[in-house]
Amino acid sequence: MWKAQTHNPTWPSKLRTDMSNTDQVLDEVMQLAASHFKVPPEKLSPDDDFFKALGIDSLQTLDLLTKLENHFRVELPDYELQGVSDFRTLAGKIQARL
Amino acid sequence: MIGPATNVKSSIQPRESALSMEQFQGETLSWNVKDGTIELALHREPLNEIGSLTLGELEKFIAALEELGGEAHALIVYSTLKSGFCAGADLRELYQWIKQFGRSEVANHARTYLERIHRVMNVIDASPLTTIAAVHGVTFGGGFELALVCDLIIADKMARFCFPELRLGLIPGYGGIPRLKRDLGNAVVRDLLLTGRSFNSNKAQQIGLVSQVVGEGEALRVARATAAQLGKFDRTTAAAAKRFIKPIPHEELQREIDLFCELIARPAVELGLKKFVESTDTQPYLA
Repeated sequence: MWKAQTHNPTWPSKLRTDMSNTDQVLDEVMQLAASHFKVPPEKLSPDDDFFKALGIDSLQTLDLLTKLENHFRVELPDYELQGVSDFRTLAGKIQARL
Repeated sequence: MIGPATNVKSSIQPRESALSMEQFQGETLSWNVKDGTIELALHREPLNEIGSLTLGELEKFIAALEELGGEAHALIVYSTLKSGFCAGADLRELYQWIKQFGRSEVANHARTYLERIHRVMNVIDASPLTTIAAVHGVTFGGGFELALVCDLIIADKMARFCFPELRLGLIPGYGGIPRLKRDLGNAVVRDLLLTGRSFNSNKAQQIGLVSQVVGEGEALRVARATAAQLGKFDRTTAAAAKRFIKPIPHEELQREIDLFCELIARPAVELGLKKFVESTDTQPYLA
């Protein structure tokens, strides 16, 4: 089970802030995916292959993409997501556009 | 003016059969007329891919449209399928053409097909009715082009638009580029065409393609409400306003057909289509 690791006091404050934001994005991505595809959130882990974890096909992936874009108010060009299949990397791509 | 509809007019049915034109249930689409609005529903599984069968029924529709136009003020085009509005051309059929006719002959076959579908698109584009595409989900390629012939696009917030043709070594062939160029700045057209990236309803509204973005599952309801409003206006004025502001780019449409036919005979297209048809990729629409 994934646990957010955002409060290591030995990290510089800037890094802590960035990590916190990234973890928050990751958390929201997983919550949103779980809610949209009706999967219990506790069954999802950051490094899961989301195609398998959510049981989705390519068309449903487009739905997820649209959901995420609308939620985070960002644009995610398809080509940036090629090869991305886990929640953590996906969250990183979103974070990079926030 | 409905220039390219001449051939269609010649096939108009006698008045006695006009009543039967008020509704139609086909294999790929259906239509009906209610309260002055014609509703054209696409319902070919899996995602309303436009091939010969759909084209044949669209031709029936435009023949009926000529008759029904006098009784209606609006046309709504929508999809009954949950997954989206339309994924575009039937790529499997396109690939079959290449296999069947060979690369040397496929361009001739493609030209005949494209001229037919352009005739359909041009009739809807120039229809004196006010036309609305109510879209949701996948609105790709030929589906996007079908939406672009309409006067207004009302999009579910989960709609997604894309011209993926360059992935196949082709350009959009159903009139997409000239119609995009009619509506948008050239830089935006280049972005959509040359990157082949998909974009959502908010972006589509931001760049001026979509007139209203609505909640999930609300596009058809809002389109009907819009059509009801249009019914309050004088039809002659509305049709004149449309003719004034929405010229059909005939010359560029013809050049698009020519370019498509030049491109389709290349080995790269056969390879691109083969890759798509045989793909087991989990993300063929994003590849």
